[in-house]
This record gives sequence, structure tokens and C-alpha cells, in this order.
Amino acid sequence: MAKLPLHTQFPSIQALREALQSRQLSATEIARSALDAIDSNGDLNAFLHVDAELTLKQAAQADEALKNGSAGKLAGIPIGHKDVLVTRDWRSTAGSRMLADYVSPFDATAVSQLMKAGAVSLGKLNCDEFAMGSGNETSAFGPARNPWDHSAVPGGSSGGSAAAVAAGLLMAATGTDTGGSIRQPAAYCGISGIKPTYGMVSRLGLIAYGSSLDQAGPLARHARDLLEMLEPMVGFDPLDSTSLEFCDGEPNTAGRIRGRFDAAIERQRQNDSRPLEGLRIGVPREFFDEGLSRDVAQAVEQALQVFEGLGAVRVEIGLPRTELSIPAYYVIAPAEASSNLSRYDGVRYGHRSDNYEDLEDMMSRSRFEGFGPEVRRRILVGTYVLCHGYYDAYYVQAQKVRRMIADDFRHAFADKCDVIMGPVAPTVAKAIGDNREDPIADWLSDIYTLGVSLAGLPAMSVPCGFGTERPLPVGLQIIGNYFTEGELLAVADCFQQATDWHQRTPGQQ
Amino acid sequence: MPISEQDVKRIAQLARIQLSPDEAAQTQKELSDIFQLMTRLQAVDTEGVAPMAHPLSVIQDVQLRLRDDEAAPTQTEAQRAALMANAPAQENGLFLVPTVIE
Repeated sequence: MAKLPLHTQFPSIQALREALQSRQLSATEIARSALDAIDSNGDLNAFLHVDAELTLKQAAQADEALKNGSAGKLAGIPIGHKDVLVTRDWRSTAGSRMLADYVSPFDATAVSQLMKAGAVSLGKLNCDEFAMGSGNETSAFGPARNPWDHSAVPGGSSGGSAAAVAAGLLMAATGTDTGGSIRQPAAYCGISGIKPTYGMVSRLGLIAYGSSLDQAGPLARHARDLLEMLEPMVGFDPLDSTSLEFCDGEPNTAGRIRGRFDAAIERQRQNDSRPLEGLRIGVPREFFDEGLSRDVAQAVEQALQVFEGLGAVRVEIGLPRTELSIPAYYVIAPAEASSNLSRYDGVRYGHRSDNYEDLEDMMSRSRFEGFGPEVRRRILVGTYVLCHGYYDAYYVQAQKVRRMIADDFRHAFADKCDVIMGPVAPTVAKAIGDNREDPIADWLSDIYTLGVSLAGLPAMSVPCGFGTERPLPVGLQIIGNYFTEGELLAVADCFQQATDWHQRTPGQQ
Repeated sequence: MPISEQDVKRIAQLARIQLSPDEAAQTQKELSDIFQLMTRLQAVDTEGVAPMAHPLSVIQDVQLRLRDDEAAPTQTEAQRAALMANAPAQENGLFLVPTVIE
């Protein structure tokens, strides 16, 4: 096995930061070792664009800042960005042939915020085409592979992000979640991920898929590293019309999440033997239906028992419209996608066909050639449900069901529980190619993550065990009420102090 | 509800996506399967439920902001060139398309 990059010797971003600040090692040394590791792990296909010169330039800037005392909190920390977040320096393709050569004239807000904090980008990460997929298999540039088993998918759509972090190539990565695209790949690759409340992280510079659902967030080894990454990513952005200025009356700032995290950790400390005393965990019975594989159910059950051992109590709850989240999501997301992706017309940017007769033919051929089959399928579904005559029956009806789904969560949090826990996905990662013949099979496996996205709630995935049929990681989903990212991360941290699933790495399971 | 071949052609045309006759048949089958899944939505009684467009509208007032109605600073030619750098075909700061009016 190739040499692991230097940052893998450090258990957390905090520990690596201390080493950098005390000049034990430099950002440039870390970046070089990570670039070497990325190079020797090319078969993972986790990265789409790597540019050593750009990375080393950022690392040199971080070293300079560390030397003169102006370093941000993430100075020298090696990260990567899902290729759905646009970057001025690296190409931004969203995993699509349509944008194969696209270079953005600006950085996504989340990217520039992380850059301001000093993080060093190692490049852009593979993903499903326009984030439409659950296995990274719709990428026009080939699937990324699961570091635990190269014949398995890493999950999707943020598959390259999850694979790169799990393989130790990066300390953390950005991802985006529209229907589970951070949580599910984090689960499949045995790492942690969080999708914040809708509107907390700016969507400016996220290549749009479903605008009322899209939300960026980090993937990393564990909850504490997620907090370090999430802090600079959040914040009000006047350039995103759905960006939140206030969360429950408090300004949408990094300090808000940190403050709530610290307060929750402090409460845990007051009861050393039962730090989660009184925490009510809602366990939705609909998440444990016949579709859930036995080994995932078992790993999740064991995690719930760990939480009970930490003082939490388990409450059975109902989310009766869980199954409806599939058709509701697959009406709303394609409808928004068909509108968003109408911008790719072969005129202003993106692929233009070489052969055409007239303007309309040029657009139709460019879009046929530029988009892969899954993207075309969703555009056609979305176009259909927005058509005059079907709009009310499908689109408006789906939006009404969406409100009912959100209400189910609201009632659970108002009356019954503080957090909700369950599986992230019905099975561990499948083999690459398994679902290729049946596009709907992948959609059905999103059942446990879609409701959260429709409701706009924050949710995490943390590693909680391994499958028995195939020894691949299982993720536990932890769902919180609106704006409770800090509390969620503290609950996950408590679990990770008591377990070591997040410390397992591929090859030394 | 079954989707006809006519439906498929119509939406492909509306979505400006070229389809060969082979793909039209394949797409017709796929979309019919998908809409089979969607029929479950129709069975739900949503009487009196307001459609939800913004997820946070369940808990707080959501207003889509508009920027102030002021003229933005004019871009320089260099800025224009940067914005147009990805255009497949351009000339003198204009995007080129096939002839529309003879």
C-alpha cells in the first residue's frame, strides 16, 4: 500500500492545526504528501481535477499566514470540493460532459469562505452527474470507487468526497445534499457527514439541481471535524435569495453553531456516567420496514443501545408518510431540475454539438449529447409534471404532500423527541453496476433520507458498524429539529467518544 | 397512467432533448414505470393543505428578497470577456448562434 499522507497521523483537524501552528510540519509538506497519495490512488477515481501548482500555491499562502500570525482556523488543512461547487481555478463539471471544459468566473461562497479560513484545496471531487444519482455511477467521468471494496459504489451523489476522505486522501471535503447525497455516501464509506438546515449555507455557486432542496455541507471522519468545516461554510449571503439571515431569531453565523455545540457538551460533562441523560430519541417505525436489510438493522439497533447506555431514552414514533417521500421528491426535484437545467442551451456556455441544422436543432442535439441518461430522464419527468394539465395533479399535489411530510416531523419534535435516529440506507453499498438496468431501484433506496430533505431539516450520518454479508460500513442517521446543528454534532460526538467505528479505516478494519 | 409515444415526443420537444425512435420507445417505458410510482400521490387526501415551496415556511416567515432597484456598475470589457470565456462561439462580445432570421 502506498504511503499515507502526513495528515492521517493526526486524529482531528484540531490536532493537525496545533501541529501546524507549532511548526511541527508545514502546509506545503502536507499538501505534497496528499498530492502523492491522490496520484497513487488514481484507481479510486475520486478526483476529477487535480492541479499540483494551484494546491501548492494555496499551501504556501497558508504557511506564510502561519508564520506571520494571520492564519485562519483551517490554515493548511487539506480538503477537496465536490465538483458541483464552482471554483475559479479548478474546472467545474458537475460530473457532466455538458460542462467538461467549464471554468467558473467566480468561486462558490462556501468555497471562498473555506479558502478565507485557510483550508488548502487538493482539487475537485467526482460525483453523480448534476448530483443526480445515489452511487456516483451517473458521472460522465466514470464511477468513483469505495475504498473499502473497489467493486462497490462509494454512494452518491457526493461519492468522490466520501471516497477521498475515507481513503485518507483528505481531512475533509465539501458535498451537497438534495435527497441524501451527503448522508448516504458518508454511510457507505464509513465516515461522518452533515446536511445543515436548508438555507444555512449559501447556494451561490452550487451548480443547481433542485433549488428548494439543495444544501451544501461537509464530510469528515467525525463530528468534531464536521464542526470545524461547517463553521466557515454557514452564513447569510445576500446573493442567494433563499439564504437565511436569521435562524430562530439568532443571526446565521458560525458562532451560533459553535455556541450551541459547546453548551451541549457542557451539559454532557455534568453527568459523566450518563452524559445524554434525558435525551429522547425518536425511532420511526417506518424506517424499520421489510425493505431494511437485517445487517443494517442490527448495526443501527446496537448503536441505539449505545445511546441508551449513555442515558438517552428511546421513543417509538411514526412518520406515516415516509413512503410518500419517494414520489413527492421525484416529482419536485425533477421539476426544479428541468427548470434549472434549461440554461444549458449550447449558447452561453457548456457543450455545443458539432452538427446541427438550425437553432432549435443545435439546442436539442447539444442537450442530448451533453447530458447522460439519468439527467435526461429527470429533465423529461420534470418537464412532464410541469406541463399544463398535469401541473396541479403532480407538481402542486407533491408540494402539498411535502408540507404533510414536514408536519409529521414537526409534530414528532414538538411532542415526542429531541432527535430522530434510524438507518441512512436500506443496505450497505452495492456493487458497481448492480442497478444499471433498473433506474427506479436506486430511487427507492433513498427512502430514509428524502423526507428530511423535503422538510429542510438538518441531519447527519455517523458510522455505526459493518454489514455481515459484505463487510462494508453502515451509517446511523441522526435527524434534528431546524437549526439544531450544534446539538446534533454534540450528540454524535458523545457517541463517537464511546465507540470507535469512525476510527476504522479501509484495510485495517 | 400510461404515457403515450406522443407524450414522450411532446415533452422531449418541450425540453429540447433529441430522441431517436429507439430511445423514444425506451423512454416511454421508463416514464410509464416512473409515473406508476407517482400515482401513489394522487391517492393522498390533501384537502385544505397549502403547497409548500420553501421548506422553512413551516416554521418561519419566508420572503424571497429582491435587491434594491439600482443600476449596477457597468462591467469593463475585461470583465465581460471573463464572463463570456466559456461561450462555444462569440464575436465582439456577442454570443453567436445559427442564423435565425434570413
